[in-house]
Amino acid sequence: MSHEQCRYLLGSLSEYIDGTLEESLCHAIEQHLAGCDNCRVVIDTLRKTVSLYHDEAQRETASEEVHQRLLKRLNLDDFIS
Amino acid sequence: MNKTNQQSLSLDALRAGDRAEYARLVENYYQFVYRLALKMLGNPQDAEDILQDTFIKVFRHLDTFDGRSNLSTWIYRIAVNEALMFLRKKQPELVSIDQPVETDEGEQDPVQIVDWCCLPENELMSSEAKAHLDQAMSSLPPGLRAVFILRDIQGLSTRETSEVLNISEMAVKTRLSRARLRLRELLTEYFGERLVERKSPS
Repeated sequence: MSHEQCRYLLGSLSEYIDGTLEESLCHAIEQHLAGCDNCRVVIDTLRKTVSLYHDEAQRETASEEVHQRLLKRLNLDDFIS
Repeated sequence: MNKTNQQSLSLDALRAGDRAEYARLVENYYQFVYRLALKMLGNPQDAEDILQDTFIKVFRHLDTFDGRSNLSTWIYRIAVNEALMFLRKKQPELVSIDQPVETDEGEQDPVQIVDWCCLPENELMSSEAKAHLDQAMSSLPPGLRAVFILRDIQGLSTRETSEVLNISEMAVKTRLSRARLRLRELLTEYFGERLVERKSPS
């Protein structure tokens, strides 16, 4: 990551993986990626980082006990099914 | 995300203190609020406290909800503020809701160039890996953490996130970028080591 252009593009990678980057910058990144393995690795691992956090969190839900204690605290016990 | 649910809630009924409507509001939003709190605080007990405090506040202040933002946005804002207040009590030196938005110039270049994407799924999703994911998340400043959670874990749009946090869309993008790059860096340190372990004969 000492390459001048890599440093410049770094701040745009987040928007690049979201597909929201403006066209000219997007094009510049893709041209750069064709010749820069390091940046490709950064993009791949950046995407993977986001998807790992997302997937891992979807498995974490409030348990039925947490749900019932919430309804009790709110004096909505009669809606516990 | 919750638009369909939200349409089915009656603000008039809520304001009139209709308990069945209160219960429906809880059903619609409690999982979102719980996960948000869990990821902000990293601890199920604290998350449950924030979950309860959020809904108590929501019901107490329903009459001040002016309907200019979505009900969901308003509820999430209360939840984020509860979580930030909790963190501020715990680590006052670290938390400010009005943290200045750091600029790109302050961006830390990634130093770790290791392609760990090829690690098998069971290693990426192991309980040890999960502990490292949580640890990396808790090392983020709360202002960055909130943006990352709302955008990448809870799936809100840039605009919705900016409304919940009351910051500009540009600030959301900048903070998200910083959060993602920092987390990538921390995960690369961990998964990079796993990669070396796999390659070296034991």
